[in-house]
Amino acid sequence: MTGGPPPAIELRGINKRFGPVHANKDVSLRVPAGTIHGIVGENGAGKSTLMSILYGFYEADSGEIAIFGETMKIRGSEDAIAAGIGMVHQHFMLVDVFTVLENILLGAEGGALLADGMAAARREITRLEEEYGLQVDPDALVGDLPVGLRQRVEILKALFRGARILILDEPTGVLTPQETDQLFRVLDTLRQQGVTIVLITHKLREIMAITDNVSVMRAGEVVANRPTAETTREELAELMVGRKVLLEVGKRPAQPRRPALEVEHLTVIDEKGLRCVNDVSFTVRSGEIVGIAGVSGNGQSELMEALSGIRSIDSGEIRVNGTRVTPVRPTDAKRMRQASLAHVPEDRHRMGLVMPFEASESTILGYHDDPKYSGMVFMNGRAIVADTAGKMSRFDVRPRNPFLKTANFSGGNQQKIVLAREMERHPDILLVGQPTRGVDIGAIEFIHKRIVEMRDAGCAVLLVSVELDEIMSLSDRILVMFEGGVVGEVAATDADARTLGLMMANIVPDQETAEAGHG
Amino acid sequence: MDIGESLFLLVLTLDATVRVATPLILAALAGLIVERAGVIDIGLEGKMLGAAFAAATVAAVTGSAWLGLLMALVVSVLLALLHGFACITHKGNQIVSGVAINIMVSGLTALLGVAWFARGGQTPPLSDEARFGAVTLPGAEALADVPLIGAIYSELLSGHNVLVYVAFLTVPFVWWLVYRTRFGLRLRATGENPAAVDTAGISVERMRFLALVCCGILCGLAGAYLSTGHSASFIRDMTAGKGYIALAAMIFGKWRPVPVLLACLLFGFLDAVAVRLQGVALPMVGEVPVQFVQALPYILTVVLLAGFIGQAIAPRASGIPYVKER
Repeated sequence: MTGGPPPAIELRGINKRFGPVHANKDVSLRVPAGTIHGIVGENGAGKSTLMSILYGFYEADSGEIAIFGETMKIRGSEDAIAAGIGMVHQHFMLVDVFTVLENILLGAEGGALLADGMAAARREITRLEEEYGLQVDPDALVGDLPVGLRQRVEILKALFRGARILILDEPTGVLTPQETDQLFRVLDTLRQQGVTIVLITHKLREIMAITDNVSVMRAGEVVANRPTAETTREELAELMVGRKVLLEVGKRPAQPRRPALEVEHLTVIDEKGLRCVNDVSFTVRSGEIVGIAGVSGNGQSELMEALSGIRSIDSGEIRVNGTRVTPVRPTDAKRMRQASLAHVPEDRHRMGLVMPFEASESTILGYHDDPKYSGMVFMNGRAIVADTAGKMSRFDVRPRNPFLKTANFSGGNQQKIVLAREMERHPDILLVGQPTRGVDIGAIEFIHKRIVEMRDAGCAVLLVSVELDEIMSLSDRILVMFEGGVVGEVAATDADARTLGLMMANIVPDQETAEAGHG
Repeated sequence: MDIGESLFLLVLTLDATVRVATPLILAALAGLIVERAGVIDIGLEGKMLGAAFAAATVAAVTGSAWLGLLMALVVSVLLALLHGFACITHKGNQIVSGVAINIMVSGLTALLGVAWFARGGQTPPLSDEARFGAVTLPGAEALADVPLIGAIYSELLSGHNVLVYVAFLTVPFVWWLVYRTRFGLRLRATGENPAAVDTAGISVERMRFLALVCCGILCGLAGAYLSTGHSASFIRDMTAGKGYIALAAMIFGKWRPVPVLLACLLFGFLDAVAVRLQGVALPMVGEVPVQFVQALPYILTVVLLAGFIGQAIAPRASGIPYVKER
C-alpha cells in the first residue's frame, strides 16, 4: 500500500434516489483517520441522507463504502456498529426513564441477564470517562440530565460499542454556548486519541473553529472539499448556496421615533415559583430593532410569552403606543394582537404552526375570525387560499402550494409561513423569537432582510435569539438578560462578542477598575 | 356470629378472591408485557375468550385438560399475532384492532359452539378428569384441624388447581423478566423510545411481536383457567369483562408486576365481597347494591387516572406504531 494509512471513511460514487428526488448524486468523500471532518450544506442538500447510508438506515442504490480501507456493505445499524461507526443523532436516541448505564447498555448488554454485563459496563464507562473527559453519573436518570449531558451519554454510547468513527448530526443546535465549548473540548480530546469525527452542521463558525477539513454539499452533490485552514466562512457560504451570500446584514442606521412598546418593572413568576422575569424595564421605539441577548433559559422566552399575552405576569406594566395593555389573568393573546402586536414564537413547531394543517390553514392561525377569511358561519376557503398564495409568492415559500401539509415544508419555509402571517398584518410591534433556528443559510438572508424592512417601515421590533451573531448584526440596541433581569444595554455599534459574552455570564467587564468598584 | 365463624367467613372470601383474581393476574401481566413494548392490547378479553373456548372444546373432545390448555395457548397466540399483523406490520390503529378481535371472538365462539355442540353456545360439561382439579398441598389434611393456621393453609393456600399456582408464580417471573434480563431492558426501551432501540441495531418489530407472543401465552392460560379450571365448560361470553378489569388493574398497578398483582387481588376481593354481600344489610349503611361494588374497580381506576392516587404514567410510546423516520 502506498501513501500511509487508509482513510477512515472512503465513499465512492454513492447514489441514492427517493422516487423522483435524487438525494445523493455520485457522492465521493474521503475522511482521513484521526481528523475532524465537517460536512456543510443547506437543509435538503443530502448531508443527512449520506450519513444515514453510512450508518445503515438506508442502502445506497449504487456506490462503495470502505471503512479503514476495507470495502463493506452496511445493511443496518448493527453492521455500522460492528464496523466501528457510532452516530450521535440530532434528536437523541435515549430512553428518558432509564439510567445512563441502562441507556449505554441497550443493545450491547453482554449477556441474557443484565447482571452479567452491568459491572463490566460500569468499569468500561469509568475508563472512557477518564480517557476522554466525559464525566456523567452512570446512575442518574437520563430524563433528569441537561441537554449537554444527554449528548455526552450519546457519545459514551457510541464509544462503549467501540466506535472509532463518530458522526455528529447538528450537535450544537440544542446546546448553550458553554455546552458547545465543552462539546468541542471533548471532540478535540477524541481527535487526539485517534477517533475520526464527522461533523454535520450548517453553522460555519463551528466548522471554522474545530474541523480539519470540510466538504460542502449542495443539491445532493459534494461541490467542494477544502482544508479548513485554507477557506473562509464567506467562501463556504457561497459554495453552499451557489451564489454570493451576505453574511452581514446591510442596513442603514435606525431612525427611532415615538416609543411603541414600553415595559415597566415587569415581573413574571413561573410554574416552579421562580422569578423568571425579574423587574425588567425597557422601551422599544418604532423604527428600531432591540435585540435581547442571553444564554437560553435566562428569562427571554418567558418575557416574550408575557409580552405576547400567552403568560400571565405577576406585576409591572406594559404599554403599547402609550395605552396600558398589561395582560390580566387569564391571559389573552388575542387582545395583544388587536393592540397591533404580532408575535413570531421561538418554537414554531410547538407554538407557531399546526403541523398537520395545510399551509393555507397555517397562514390564518390566530386571525381566522378576520372578516377577510370568515363569514358568520363558514370560512371563506377561496379567499384564504388566494391570500395564502399571495403570501407564499411574496415570501418565496417553496413549494408554492397552499394545500401542502405544513409538516412537509422545510424548516426555513415553515418559518417563512409564520413570518408572512405575522408581518403582513403590518403590526406596530413585532416580537420575533429565534427567527432563523433550523433555517438554512439562504433563507436566513431573506428573513433578516425582511426584519430590517419592517423596521424601516416604522415597526418596533423586539428580537430574541441565542445566535449572538444574529443579535449583533440585526439589532440597533442590545439588552442582555441574565437570570431574569436585564443586566446591561449596549448600542449595536459598540457591541463586540467578547463583551456581550461576559455580560451574558454576568461578569462585569473591567471589574477590577476603580470605577466599577465605586458602583 | 362469633369470632371463629367470622374468621372462617373471611378465609372463604379470601379463597374466592384468589379464584377470581387468577385470570385477572394472568391477563393483567399479559397487558403489562405488551404495553411495556409499546403495544396497547384491548383484545385481552377476546384472547381469553377464544382460549377458554378452545380449551373447553378440546378437553371435551379428547378428555384431556392438558391438550385443552395447549389448544388454548395456540389460539390465544394466533390472535395475538393477528393483532401484531394489523398494528405492527401494517401500523394500524391498536385500539381498533383490539376491539375488532374482541367482537370477532365473541361472535365466533358462539357460532362455532352452536354449530359443533348445539347447546346454545355452551360446550359439553367436562368430567373431573378433563378439568384441572384441585391440588392438595402436602400436609394440608393433617393441618386442617389446627385453628386459624389450618384454615388458612388448607382452605386458602391448598386446594386450588395448578393454573392458580402458575398465575401467582408468573408475577415474580415477569418481574425478573422485565427488570433483570436483556429481553426486559429492550422491551422497556421499545415501549419508551423505539427509535433508540432501532438505532441500537435491534428490530422494534421483532421485540413487539415477541411481547405479543408472551401476551398470547398468558391470556391462553387465563382462558383455559376460566373454562377448564374455574368452571367445567365454556359459556357464551364467559369472560364477562375480565379483560377490561385486567387492563384497569394494569393501569392501577402502574405497569409494575407486584403492584399489578395487588390491584388484581383488590379487584378480586371486591368481586368476592360483592357476591357475599348480596341481600345482606350492613350495619349503618344498609344493603349495598351489588352493582356498586362491581363498579368499584372501574371507579378506582378513573380516580387513579384523574391523578388522585399518585400518577399513572404509561410507557411513552404505547399505542404509537413505529415508523422509521427520515
